[in-house]
Amino acid sequence: MSSTFIGVRVRVEQTPLPGIGVRHDLVTSSGRTVGVVSHRNGRRDLVLYDVDDPDSCLASIPLTDGEAEALADVLGASLMLGQLAGLRQQAAGLLTEQIALPAGSPFVGRRLGDTRTRTRTGASIVAVLRDREVIASPGPSFVFEANDVVVAVGTREGLDGVTAILAGDVDD
Amino acid sequence: MHGTTILLIEIGALLFALGMLGRLGRRVGLSPIPLYLLTGLAFGHGGLIPLSASEEFITVGAEIGVVLLLVMLGLEYSAGELVGNLRAAAPAGLLDALLNALPGAAFALLIGWRWQAAVALAGITWVSSSGVTAKVLGDLGRLGNRETPVVLSVLVIEDLAMAFYLPLVTATLAGVGLAGGLKALAVAVVTVVAVLVVAIRYGRTISRFISVRDPEALLLSVLGVTLFVAGVAAELKVSAAVGAFLVGIALSGPVAHHATEMLSPLRDLFAAVFFVFFGLSTDPADIPPVLLPALGLAVLTMATKVLTGYLAGRRAGIALPGRLRAGLALLARGEFSVVIAGLAVSYGVEPRLAPLATAYVLVTVVSGPLLARLPDYAWFKAFLRRRTTGRRPLPAREDPA
Repeated sequence: MSSTFIGVRVRVEQTPLPGIGVRHDLVTSSGRTVGVVSHRNGRRDLVLYDVDDPDSCLASIPLTDGEAEALADVLGASLMLGQLAGLRQQAAGLLTEQIALPAGSPFVGRRLGDTRTRTRTGASIVAVLRDREVIASPGPSFVFEANDVVVAVGTREGLDGVTAILAGDVDD
Repeated sequence: MHGTTILLIEIGALLFALGMLGRLGRRVGLSPIPLYLLTGLAFGHGGLIPLSASEEFITVGAEIGVVLLLVMLGLEYSAGELVGNLRAAAPAGLLDALLNALPGAAFALLIGWRWQAAVALAGITWVSSSGVTAKVLGDLGRLGNRETPVVLSVLVIEDLAMAFYLPLVTATLAGVGLAGGLKALAVAVVTVVAVLVVAIRYGRTISRFISVRDPEALLLSVLGVTLFVAGVAAELKVSAAVGAFLVGIALSGPVAHHATEMLSPLRDLFAAVFFVFFGLSTDPADIPPVLLPALGLAVLTMATKVLTGYLAGRRAGIALPGRLRAGLALLARGEFSVVIAGLAVSYGVEPRLAPLATAYVLVTVVSGPLLARLPDYAWFKAFLRRRTTGRRPLPAREDPA
Protein backbone atom coordinates (compact mmCIF):
# COMPACT_ATOMS: atom_id res chain seq x y z
CA MET A 1 0.00 0.00 0.00
CA SER A 2 1.35 3.43 -0.77
CA SER A 3 0.15 7.00 -0.81
CA THR A 4 1.50 9.90 -2.86
CA PHE A 5 2.10 13.48 -1.96
CA ILE A 6 3.04 15.97 -4.65
CA GLY A 7 5.30 13.64 -6.52
CA VAL A 8 7.26 12.39 -3.48
CA ARG A 9 6.52 8.71 -2.92
CA VAL A 10 6.17 7.62 0.69
CA ARG A 11 5.74 3.88 1.06
CA VAL A 12 3.34 2.86 3.83
CA GLU A 13 3.48 -0.80 4.71
CA GLN A 14 0.34 -2.54 5.89
CA THR A 15 0.52 -5.68 8.05
CA PRO A 16 -2.58 -7.52 9.30
CA LEU A 17 -2.55 -8.53 12.97
CA PRO A 18 -4.98 -11.46 13.20
CA GLY A 19 -7.43 -11.07 16.04
CA ILE A 20 -6.30 -7.51 16.78
CA GLY A 21 -6.47 -5.26 13.74
CA VAL A 22 -3.95 -3.86 11.29
CA ARG A 23 -0.62 -2.05 11.49
CA HIS A 24 0.60 0.65 9.11
CA ASP A 25 4.16 1.86 9.29
CA LEU A 26 6.59 3.89 7.26
CA VAL A 27 10.32 4.48 7.32
CA THR A 28 11.30 8.15 7.29
CA SER A 29 14.19 9.42 5.23
CA SER A 30 16.05 10.01 8.49
CA GLY A 31 15.92 6.26 9.14
CA ARG A 32 13.30 6.16 11.89
CA THR A 33 10.22 3.95 11.65
CA VAL A 34 6.83 5.26 12.77
CA GLY A 35 3.61 3.32 12.73
CA VAL A 36 -0.03 3.19 13.73
CA VAL A 37 -1.71 0.07 15.13
CA SER A 38 -5.44 0.31 14.35
CA HIS A 39 -7.45 -1.99 16.59
CA ARG A 40 -10.61 -3.63 15.42
CA ASN A 41 -12.54 -2.03 18.27
CA GLY A 42 -11.69 1.44 16.98
CA ARG A 43 -8.72 2.25 19.22
CA ARG A 44 -5.43 3.21 17.71
CA ASP A 45 -1.85 3.32 19.04
CA LEU A 46 0.93 5.49 17.68
CA VAL A 47 4.14 3.47 17.73
CA LEU A 48 7.73 4.60 17.44
CA TYR A 49 10.38 1.99 16.75
CA ASP A 50 13.74 1.63 18.47
CA VAL A 51 16.85 2.53 16.49
CA ASP A 52 19.01 -0.19 18.06
CA ASP A 53 16.37 -2.89 17.79
CA PRO A 54 14.24 -2.13 14.73
CA ASP A 55 11.74 -4.87 15.60
CA SER A 56 10.82 -3.43 18.97
CA CYS A 57 8.62 -0.48 19.84
CA LEU A 58 10.27 2.24 21.85
CA ALA A 59 6.91 3.79 22.62
CA SER A 60 3.33 2.71 22.05
CA ILE A 61 1.00 5.63 22.67
CA PRO A 62 -2.77 5.01 22.68
CA LEU A 63 -4.66 7.87 21.02
CA THR A 64 -8.35 8.60 21.45
CA ASP A 65 -10.44 9.62 18.44
CA GLY A 66 -10.09 13.28 19.36
CA GLU A 67 -6.36 13.04 19.87
CA ALA A 68 -5.86 11.27 16.54
CA GLU A 69 -7.90 13.94 14.76
CA ALA A 70 -6.00 16.73 16.49
CA LEU A 71 -2.66 15.18 15.57
CA ALA A 72 -3.76 14.76 11.96
CA ASP A 73 -4.82 18.42 11.90
CA VAL A 74 -1.52 19.62 13.31
CA LEU A 75 0.42 17.57 10.76
CA GLY A 76 -1.85 18.77 7.97
CA ALA A 77 -1.53 22.41 9.01
CA SER A 78 2.23 22.19 9.20
CA LEU A 79 2.19 20.71 5.69
CA MET A 80 0.14 23.61 4.42
CA LEU A 81 2.40 26.15 6.06
CA GLY A 82 5.39 24.41 4.56
CA GLN A 83 3.82 24.46 1.13
CA LEU A 84 2.93 28.14 1.29
CA ALA A 85 6.35 29.06 2.67
CA GLY A 86 8.01 27.11 -0.10
CA LEU A 87 5.84 28.84 -2.64
CA ARG A 88 7.22 32.26 -1.87
CA GLN A 89 10.60 30.97 -2.97
CA GLN A 90 9.04 29.19 -5.96
CA ALA A 91 10.77 26.00 -4.75
CA ALA A 92 10.48 22.82 -6.86
CA GLY A 93 8.13 24.55 -9.33
CA LEU A 94 5.27 24.68 -6.88
CA LEU A 95 2.61 27.30 -7.42
CA THR A 96 -0.45 28.36 -5.55
CA GLU A 97 -3.64 29.40 -7.21
CA GLN A 98 -7.08 30.50 -6.16
CA ILE A 99 -9.57 28.66 -8.35
CA ALA A 100 -13.17 29.81 -8.18
CA LEU A 101 -15.77 27.07 -8.33
CA PRO A 102 -17.54 27.79 -11.62
CA ALA A 103 -21.31 28.30 -11.62
CA GLY A 104 -22.15 25.08 -13.41
CA SER A 105 -19.67 22.93 -11.49
CA PRO A 106 -20.89 19.40 -10.83
CA PHE A 107 -19.27 19.55 -7.39
CA VAL A 108 -21.56 22.15 -5.83
CA GLY A 109 -23.25 20.27 -3.01
CA ARG A 110 -20.82 17.34 -3.30
CA ARG A 111 -17.90 16.27 -1.15
CA LEU A 112 -14.27 17.31 -1.68
CA GLY A 113 -13.33 13.63 -1.55
CA ASP A 114 -15.49 12.97 -4.64
CA THR A 115 -13.28 15.22 -6.77
CA ARG A 116 -10.23 13.01 -6.11
CA THR A 117 -8.08 15.94 -7.19
CA ARG A 118 -5.03 14.78 -5.28
CA THR A 119 -5.14 11.31 -6.80
CA ARG A 120 -5.76 12.55 -10.30
CA THR A 121 -3.55 15.65 -10.50
CA GLY A 122 -1.14 15.52 -7.58
CA ALA A 123 -2.21 19.02 -6.54
CA SER A 124 -3.52 19.61 -3.03
CA ILE A 125 -6.50 21.70 -2.00
CA VAL A 126 -5.21 23.39 1.13
CA ALA A 127 -7.99 25.87 1.87
CA VAL A 128 -11.39 27.06 0.69
CA LEU A 129 -12.48 30.69 0.80
CA ARG A 130 -16.19 31.09 1.49
CA ASP A 131 -17.92 34.41 2.28
CA ARG A 132 -14.61 36.00 3.22
CA GLU A 133 -13.92 33.14 5.65
CA VAL A 134 -10.91 30.86 5.27
CA ILE A 135 -11.55 27.17 5.86
CA ALA A 136 -8.10 25.61 6.21
CA SER A 137 -7.21 21.97 5.46
CA PRO A 138 -10.68 20.86 4.34
CA GLY A 139 -11.18 17.12 4.80
CA PRO A 140 -12.61 14.73 2.21
CA SER A 141 -16.09 15.09 3.70
CA PHE A 142 -16.12 18.86 3.16
CA VAL A 143 -19.13 19.84 1.00
CA PHE A 144 -18.71 22.54 -1.65
CA GLU A 145 -21.15 25.42 -1.99
CA ALA A 146 -21.67 27.80 -4.86
CA ASN A 147 -19.16 30.70 -5.06
CA ASP A 148 -16.52 28.82 -3.07
CA VAL A 149 -12.94 29.70 -4.00
CA VAL A 150 -10.51 26.82 -3.77
CA VAL A 151 -6.88 27.50 -2.83
CA ALA A 152 -4.76 24.79 -4.45
CA VAL A 153 -1.04 24.10 -4.43
CA GLY A 154 0.77 22.13 -7.08
CA THR A 155 2.62 22.17 -10.37
CA ARG A 156 1.30 24.12 -13.34
CA GLU A 157 -0.15 20.95 -14.88
CA GLY A 158 -1.64 19.89 -11.55
CA LEU A 159 -3.41 23.20 -11.04
CA ASP A 160 -4.73 23.15 -14.60
CA GLY A 161 -6.03 19.68 -13.85
CA VAL A 162 -7.84 20.92 -10.72
CA THR A 163 -9.44 23.72 -12.74
CA ALA A 164 -10.64 21.19 -15.29
CA ILE A 165 -12.02 18.79 -12.68
CA LEU A 166 -13.90 21.49 -10.83
CA ALA A 167 -15.36 22.78 -14.10
CA GLY A 168 -16.65 19.32 -14.83
CA ASP A 169 -14.55 18.88 -17.96
CA VAL A 170 -13.12 15.59 -16.75
CA ASP A 171 -15.15 12.38 -16.68
CA ASP A 172 -15.87 11.09 -13.19
CA MET B 1 -32.76 -25.18 53.95
CA HIS B 2 -34.12 -25.66 50.45
CA GLY B 3 -31.74 -26.99 47.79
CA THR B 4 -31.78 -23.93 45.58
CA THR B 5 -31.25 -21.59 48.53
CA ILE B 6 -27.98 -23.30 49.42
CA LEU B 7 -27.10 -23.20 45.73
CA LEU B 8 -27.58 -19.43 45.63
CA ILE B 9 -25.48 -18.95 48.75
CA GLU B 10 -22.67 -21.18 47.47
CA ILE B 11 -22.58 -19.75 43.94
CA GLY B 12 -22.89 -16.19 45.21
CA ALA B 13 -20.04 -16.61 47.66
CA LEU B 14 -17.93 -18.38 45.04
CA LEU B 15 -18.39 -15.71 42.37
CA PHE B 16 -17.74 -12.90 44.83
CA ALA B 17 -14.56 -14.61 45.98
CA LEU B 18 -13.48 -15.03 42.34
CA GLY B 19 -14.14 -11.36 41.69
CA MET B 20 -12.05 -10.25 44.64
CA LEU B 21 -9.25 -12.66 43.77
CA GLY B 22 -9.25 -11.49 40.17
CA ARG B 23 -8.94 -7.91 41.33
CA LEU B 24 -6.03 -8.81 43.58
CA GLY B 25 -4.40 -10.70 40.77
CA ARG B 26 -4.67 -7.82 38.32
CA ARG B 27 -2.95 -5.53 40.77
CA VAL B 28 0.00 -7.90 40.93
CA GLY B 29 -0.09 -8.33 37.15
CA LEU B 30 -1.28 -11.93 37.42
CA SER B 31 -3.82 -13.47 35.04
CA PRO B 32 -6.98 -14.59 36.88
CA ILE B 33 -6.79 -18.12 35.42
CA PRO B 34 -4.44 -19.60 38.05
CA LEU B 35 -6.50 -17.96 40.80
CA TYR B 36 -9.69 -19.57 39.47
CA LEU B 37 -7.95 -22.95 39.31
CA LEU B 38 -6.65 -22.59 42.86
CA THR B 39 -10.11 -21.62 44.08
CA GLY B 40 -11.50 -24.77 42.49
CA LEU B 41 -8.78 -26.79 44.16
CA ALA B 42 -9.51 -25.21 47.53
CA PHE B 43 -13.16 -26.26 47.38
CA GLY B 44 -14.69 -29.42 45.97
CA HIS B 45 -13.39 -32.94 46.51
CA GLY B 46 -10.81 -33.09 49.22
CA GLY B 47 -10.83 -29.32 49.58
CA LEU B 48 -11.80 -27.00 52.39
CA ILE B 49 -15.57 -26.87 51.88
CA PRO B 50 -17.27 -29.23 49.43
CA LEU B 51 -19.76 -27.32 47.28
CA SER B 52 -22.45 -29.99 47.28
CA ALA B 53 -25.58 -28.16 46.16
CA SER B 54 -24.01 -26.29 43.26
CA GLU B 55 -22.11 -29.19 41.68
CA GLU B 56 -24.59 -29.77 38.86
CA PHE B 57 -24.95 -26.06 38.15
CA ILE B 58 -21.19 -25.66 37.98
CA THR B 59 -20.91 -28.66 35.65
CA VAL B 60 -23.41 -27.14 33.21
CA GLY B 61 -21.83 -23.72 33.64
CA ALA B 62 -18.45 -25.18 32.73
CA GLU B 63 -19.87 -26.65 29.50
CA ILE B 64 -21.33 -23.26 28.57
CA GLY B 65 -17.98 -21.69 29.50
CA VAL B 66 -16.12 -23.81 26.96
CA VAL B 67 -18.69 -22.98 24.29
CA LEU B 68 -18.46 -19.25 24.96
CA LEU B 69 -14.65 -19.25 25.11
CA LEU B 70 -14.49 -20.90 21.73
CA VAL B 71 -17.19 -18.87 20.01
CA MET B 72 -15.47 -15.64 21.12
CA LEU B 73 -12.20 -17.00 19.75
CA GLY B 74 -13.92 -17.71 16.43
CA LEU B 75 -15.55 -14.26 16.37
CA GLU B 76 -12.12 -12.65 16.69
CA TYR B 77 -10.94 -14.17 13.45
CA SER B 78 -12.58 -13.92 10.08
CA ALA B 79 -12.56 -16.88 7.74
CA GLY B 80 -10.44 -14.92 5.29
CA GLU B 81 -7.88 -14.18 7.97
CA LEU B 82 -7.61 -17.83 8.94
CA VAL B 83 -7.11 -19.06 5.41
CA GLY B 84 -4.76 -16.21 4.45
CA ASN B 85 -2.65 -16.81 7.53
CA LEU B 86 -2.56 -20.53 6.93
CA ARG B 87 -0.41 -20.44 3.85
CA ALA B 88 2.17 -18.04 5.25
CA ALA B 89 2.46 -19.47 8.73
CA ALA B 90 1.95 -23.20 8.07
CA PRO B 91 5.66 -24.11 8.50
CA ALA B 92 5.84 -22.22 11.80
CA GLY B 93 2.65 -23.97 12.94
CA LEU B 94 4.02 -27.36 12.01
CA LEU B 95 7.25 -26.63 13.88
CA ASP B 96 5.22 -25.51 16.88
CA ALA B 97 3.24 -28.77 16.83
CA LEU B 98 6.32 -30.98 16.51
CA LEU B 99 8.39 -29.18 19.14
CA ASN B 100 5.65 -28.92 21.74
CA ALA B 101 3.22 -31.81 21.26
CA LEU B 102 5.83 -34.56 20.91
CA PRO B 103 7.48 -33.93 24.31
CA GLY B 104 4.07 -34.23 25.97
CA ALA B 105 3.28 -37.50 24.21
CA ALA B 106 6.77 -38.88 24.86
CA PHE B 107 6.55 -37.91 28.53
CA ALA B 108 3.21 -39.70 28.96
CA LEU B 109 4.48 -42.86 27.29
CA LEU B 110 7.71 -42.76 29.31
CA ILE B 111 5.90 -42.76 32.64
CA GLY B 112 3.79 -45.65 31.46
CA TRP B 113 0.45 -44.11 30.53
CA ARG B 114 -1.76 -45.50 27.79
CA TRP B 115 -1.50 -44.00 24.31
CA GLN B 116 -4.90 -42.29 24.69
CA ALA B 117 -3.52 -40.34 27.65
CA ALA B 118 -0.42 -39.55 25.59
CA VAL B 119 -2.57 -38.03 22.83
CA ALA B 120 -4.32 -35.88 25.44
CA LEU B 121 -1.08 -34.77 27.11
CA ALA B 122 0.38 -33.90 23.71
CA GLY B 123 -2.49 -31.47 23.16
CA ILE B 124 -2.10 -30.05 26.67
CA THR B 125 1.58 -29.17 26.19
CA TRP B 126 1.12 -28.01 22.60
CA VAL B 127 -1.33 -25.11 22.63
CA SER B 128 -0.43 -21.72 24.07
CA SER B 129 -3.21 -19.72 25.66
CA SER B 130 -4.44 -17.18 23.10
CA GLY B 131 -6.11 -15.10 25.81
CA VAL B 132 -3.11 -14.82 28.12
CA THR B 133 -0.65 -14.26 25.26
CA ALA B 134 -2.76 -11.52 23.68
CA LYS B 135 -3.07 -9.85 27.08
CA VAL B 136 0.69 -10.08 27.66
CA LEU B 137 1.40 -8.51 24.27
CA GLY B 138 -1.06 -5.71 24.98
CA ASP B 139 0.18 -5.06 28.52
CA LEU B 140 3.84 -4.93 27.45
CA GLY B 141 3.07 -2.58 24.56
CA ARG B 142 4.30 -5.06 21.98
CA LEU B 143 1.35 -4.90 19.58
CA GLY B 144 3.39 -2.79 17.17
CA ASN B 145 6.49 -4.98 17.33
CA ARG B 146 7.55 -6.76 14.19
CA GLU B 147 7.64 -10.16 15.87
CA THR B 148 4.02 -9.84 17.03
CA PRO B 149 2.46 -10.97 13.72
CA VAL B 150 4.65 -14.10 14.00
CA VAL B 151 3.30 -14.80 17.50
CA LEU B 152 -0.28 -14.12 16.42
CA SER B 153 -0.06 -16.39 13.38
CA VAL B 154 1.29 -19.24 15.53
CA LEU B 155 -1.74 -18.77 17.81
CA VAL B 156 -4.11 -18.73 14.82
CA ILE B 157 -2.64 -21.95 13.43
CA GLU B 158 -2.89 -23.60 16.85
CA ASP B 159 -6.53 -22.58 17.18
CA LEU B 160 -7.31 -23.89 13.71
CA ALA B 161 -5.42 -27.11 14.44
CA MET B 162 -7.51 -27.60 17.56
CA ALA B 163 -10.59 -27.74 15.33
CA PHE B 164 -9.15 -30.98 13.98
CA TYR B 165 -7.37 -32.14 17.10
CA LEU B 166 -10.29 -31.97 19.54
CA PRO B 167 -12.50 -34.37 17.56
CA LEU B 168 -9.52 -36.71 17.28
CA VAL B 169 -8.92 -36.58 21.04
CA THR B 170 -12.63 -36.96 21.83
CA ALA B 171 -12.97 -40.01 19.63
CA THR B 172 -9.70 -41.49 20.93
CA LEU B 173 -10.65 -41.01 24.57
CA ALA B 174 -14.11 -42.51 23.93
CA GLY B 175 -12.24 -45.67 23.12
CA VAL B 176 -13.07 -46.10 19.44
CA GLY B 177 -9.48 -47.02 18.64
CA LEU B 178 -7.17 -45.58 16.00
CA ALA B 179 -9.51 -46.31 13.04
CA GLY B 180 -12.42 -44.59 14.78
CA GLY B 181 -10.18 -41.67 15.63
CA LEU B 182 -9.13 -41.22 12.02
CA LYS B 183 -12.74 -41.41 10.91
CA ALA B 184 -13.66 -38.65 13.38
CA LEU B 185 -10.71 -36.65 12.08
CA ALA B 186 -11.95 -37.04 8.49
CA VAL B 187 -15.42 -35.85 9.50
CA ALA B 188 -13.86 -32.89 11.27
CA VAL B 189 -11.71 -31.95 8.27
CA VAL B 190 -14.72 -32.02 5.93
CA THR B 191 -16.84 -29.97 8.36
CA VAL B 192 -14.20 -27.32 8.99
CA VAL B 193 -13.35 -26.93 5.31
CA ALA B 194 -17.08 -26.70 4.46
CA VAL B 195 -17.68 -24.03 7.10
CA LEU B 196 -14.64 -22.03 5.98
CA VAL B 197 -15.73 -22.12 2.35
CA VAL B 198 -19.31 -21.12 3.22
CA ALA B 199 -18.08 -18.39 5.55
CA ILE B 200 -15.79 -16.91 2.90
CA ARG B 201 -18.37 -17.08 0.11
CA TYR B 202 -21.63 -16.35 1.93
CA GLY B 203 -20.37 -14.68 5.11
CA ARG B 204 -22.20 -11.45 4.44
CA THR B 205 -25.49 -13.23 3.74
CA ILE B 206 -25.22 -15.21 6.96
CA SER B 207 -24.49 -12.07 8.97
CA ARG B 208 -27.40 -10.24 7.36
CA PHE B 209 -29.67 -13.16 8.25
CA ILE B 210 -28.72 -13.03 11.90
CA SER B 211 -28.34 -9.29 12.12
CA VAL B 212 -31.03 -7.68 14.21
CA ARG B 213 -30.91 -4.13 15.38
CA ASP B 214 -32.28 -5.08 18.79
CA PRO B 215 -29.32 -6.04 21.01
CA GLU B 216 -31.45 -8.37 23.12
CA ALA B 217 -32.63 -10.29 20.05
CA LEU B 218 -29.05 -10.44 18.75
CA LEU B 219 -27.77 -11.83 22.05
CA LEU B 220 -30.46 -14.49 22.26
CA SER B 221 -30.17 -15.56 18.63
CA VAL B 222 -26.35 -15.76 18.56
CA LEU B 223 -26.18 -17.54 21.92
CA GLY B 224 -28.97 -19.89 20.84
CA VAL B 225 -27.31 -20.78 17.53
CA THR B 226 -23.96 -21.30 19.24
CA LEU B 227 -25.30 -23.61 21.97
CA PHE B 228 -27.38 -25.52 19.44
CA VAL B 229 -24.52 -26.08 17.01
CA ALA B 230 -22.17 -26.95 19.88
CA GLY B 231 -24.63 -29.54 21.15
CA VAL B 232 -25.07 -31.06 17.71
CA ALA B 233 -21.31 -31.13 17.22
CA ALA B 234 -20.88 -32.90 20.54
CA GLU B 235 -23.46 -35.50 19.48
CA LEU B 236 -21.56 -36.07 16.24
CA LYS B 237 -18.39 -36.55 18.34
CA VAL B 238 -16.85 -33.50 16.66
CA SER B 239 -16.68 -31.83 20.11
CA ALA B 240 -18.84 -28.93 21.32
CA ALA B 241 -15.81 -26.63 21.40
CA VAL B 242 -15.18 -27.04 17.67
CA GLY B 243 -18.86 -26.43 16.86
CA ALA B 244 -18.80 -23.18 18.81
CA PHE B 245 -15.51 -22.13 17.18
CA LEU B 246 -16.97 -22.67 13.71
CA VAL B 247 -20.07 -20.60 14.55
CA GLY B 248 -17.74 -17.78 15.55
CA ILE B 249 -15.85 -18.09 12.26
CA ALA B 250 -19.05 -18.11 10.22
CA LEU B 251 -20.16 -14.77 11.70
CA SER B 252 -18.28 -11.73 10.52
CA GLY B 253 -18.50 -7.99 10.13
CA PRO B 254 -20.70 -5.81 12.35
CA VAL B 255 -22.63 -8.84 13.64
CA ALA B 256 -19.39 -10.31 14.91
CA HIS B 257 -18.46 -7.00 16.49
CA HIS B 258 -21.82 -6.58 18.28
CA ALA B 259 -21.93 -10.24 19.26
CA THR B 260 -18.46 -9.93 20.79
CA GLU B 261 -19.62 -6.98 22.89
CA MET B 262 -22.76 -8.79 24.04
CA LEU B 263 -21.11 -12.11 24.81
CA SER B 264 -17.98 -10.82 26.57
CA PRO B 265 -19.56 -10.48 30.04
CA LEU B 266 -21.20 -13.90 29.72
CA ARG B 267 -17.92 -15.38 28.56
CA ASP B 268 -16.10 -13.89 31.54
CA LEU B 269 -18.65 -15.37 33.94
CA PHE B 270 -18.87 -18.85 32.49
CA ALA B 271 -15.17 -19.12 31.68
CA ALA B 272 -14.45 -18.44 35.36
CA VAL B 273 -16.91 -21.20 36.27
CA PHE B 274 -15.17 -23.47 33.76
CA PHE B 275 -11.75 -23.02 35.37
CA VAL B 276 -13.20 -23.42 38.85
CA PHE B 277 -14.95 -26.60 37.75
CA PHE B 278 -11.70 -28.09 36.55
CA GLY B 279 -10.08 -27.27 39.87
CA LEU B 280 -13.06 -28.71 41.71
CA SER B 281 -12.79 -32.03 39.93
CA THR B 282 -9.15 -32.32 41.00
CA ASP B 283 -8.27 -33.49 44.49
CA PRO B 284 -5.51 -31.23 45.86
CA ALA B 285 -3.99 -34.21 47.65
CA ASP B 286 -3.19 -35.72 44.22
CA ILE B 287 -0.98 -32.81 43.23
CA PRO B 288 2.21 -33.15 45.36
CA PRO B 289 3.18 -36.57 43.87
CA VAL B 290 2.94 -35.16 40.30
CA LEU B 291 4.38 -31.74 41.12
CA LEU B 292 7.97 -32.52 40.21
CA PRO B 293 7.13 -34.24 36.91
CA ALA B 294 4.77 -31.33 36.09
CA LEU B 295 7.55 -28.87 36.82
CA GLY B 296 9.98 -30.81 34.65
CA LEU B 297 7.49 -31.03 31.80
CA ALA B 298 6.75 -27.31 32.14
CA VAL B 299 10.42 -26.34 31.98
CA LEU B 300 10.98 -28.59 28.96
CA THR B 301 7.97 -27.39 27.01
CA MET B 302 8.62 -23.74 27.87
CA ALA B 303 12.10 -24.17 26.40
CA THR B 304 10.59 -25.72 23.26
CA LYS B 305 8.19 -22.77 22.96
CA VAL B 306 11.11 -20.35 23.09
CA LEU B 307 12.77 -22.43 20.38
CA THR B 308 9.56 -22.31 18.32
CA GLY B 309 9.44 -18.52 18.61
CA TYR B 310 13.14 -18.27 17.79
CA LEU B 311 12.88 -20.36 14.63
CA ALA B 312 9.62 -18.76 13.47
CA GLY B 313 11.12 -15.31 14.06
CA ARG B 314 14.27 -16.20 12.19
CA ARG B 315 12.19 -17.38 9.25
CA ALA B 316 10.36 -14.01 9.25
CA GLY B 317 13.61 -12.06 9.27
CA ILE B 318 13.37 -10.84 12.86
CA ALA B 319 16.56 -10.05 14.78
CA LEU B 320 17.65 -11.99 17.87
CA PRO B 321 15.90 -9.92 20.57
CA GLY B 322 12.62 -10.16 18.66
CA ARG B 323 12.96 -13.93 18.26
CA LEU B 324 13.36 -14.37 22.02
CA ARG B 325 10.47 -12.00 22.71
CA ALA B 326 8.29 -14.08 20.37
CA GLY B 327 9.20 -17.35 22.10
CA LEU B 328 8.78 -15.98 25.62
CA ALA B 329 5.33 -14.56 24.80
CA LEU B 330 4.04 -18.04 23.91
CA LEU B 331 4.89 -19.77 27.20
CA ALA B 332 1.52 -19.71 28.96
CA ARG B 333 -0.88 -22.63 28.54
CA GLY B 334 -4.53 -22.11 29.42
CA GLU B 335 -7.94 -22.54 27.87
CA PHE B 336 -7.34 -25.38 25.41
CA SER B 337 -5.08 -27.31 27.76
CA VAL B 338 -7.77 -27.26 30.44
CA VAL B 339 -10.46 -28.19 27.87
CA ILE B 340 -8.45 -31.23 26.75
CA ALA B 341 -7.65 -32.22 30.32
CA GLY B 342 -11.34 -31.86 31.16
CA LEU B 343 -12.22 -34.18 28.27
CA ALA B 344 -9.74 -36.74 29.54
CA VAL B 345 -11.18 -36.51 33.05
CA SER B 346 -14.76 -36.95 31.82
CA TYR B 347 -13.76 -40.15 30.00
CA GLY B 348 -11.81 -41.35 33.03
CA VAL B 349 -8.70 -42.21 31.06
CA GLU B 350 -5.85 -41.65 33.52
CA PRO B 351 -6.36 -40.59 37.14
CA ARG B 352 -3.05 -38.73 37.35
CA LEU B 353 -3.71 -36.66 34.22
CA ALA B 354 -5.97 -34.08 35.88
CA PRO B 355 -3.60 -33.19 38.76
CA LEU B 356 -0.62 -33.18 36.37
CA ALA B 357 -2.46 -30.92 33.94
CA THR B 358 -3.57 -28.59 36.77
CA ALA B 359 -0.06 -28.25 38.13
CA TYR B 360 1.36 -27.85 34.62
CA VAL B 361 -1.10 -25.12 33.61
CA LEU B 362 -0.58 -23.32 36.92
CA VAL B 363 3.19 -23.27 36.47
CA THR B 364 3.12 -22.06 32.86
CA VAL B 365 0.34 -19.52 33.22
CA VAL B 366 2.02 -17.88 36.22
CA SER B 367 5.61 -17.95 34.98
CA GLY B 368 4.78 -17.24 31.33
CA PRO B 369 3.76 -13.58 31.70
CA LEU B 370 6.63 -13.02 34.16
CA LEU B 371 9.25 -14.49 31.82
CA ALA B 372 7.78 -12.55 28.90
CA ARG B 373 8.99 -9.38 30.60
CA LEU B 374 12.59 -10.62 30.58
CA PRO B 375 13.63 -9.03 27.27
CA ASP B 376 12.57 -5.61 28.55
CA TYR B 377 15.21 -5.53 31.26
CA ALA B 378 18.33 -3.48 30.56
CA TRP B 379 20.72 -6.22 31.68
CA PHE B 380 19.09 -8.68 29.26
CA LYS B 381 19.33 -6.21 26.38
CA ALA B 382 22.96 -5.48 27.22
CA PHE B 383 23.72 -9.20 27.33
CA LEU B 384 22.16 -9.71 23.90
CA ARG B 385 23.93 -6.70 22.45
CA ARG B 386 27.27 -8.06 23.59
CA ARG B 387 26.48 -11.37 21.95
CA THR B 388 25.41 -9.90 18.62
CA THR B 389 27.89 -7.01 18.18
CA GLY B 390 29.48 -7.30 14.79
CA ARG B 391 27.01 -9.95 13.72
CA ARG B 392 23.85 -7.88 13.67
CA PRO B 393 21.47 -9.18 11.00
CA LEU B 394 20.01 -6.67 8.55
CA PRO B 395 16.45 -5.47 9.19
CA ALA B 396 13.85 -7.37 7.20
CA ARG B 397 12.49 -4.49 5.07
CA GLU B 398 14.23 -2.49 2.40
CA ASP B 399 14.19 1.23 3.06
CA PRO B 400 12.75 3.35 0.19
CA ALA B 401 15.31 5.19 -1.88
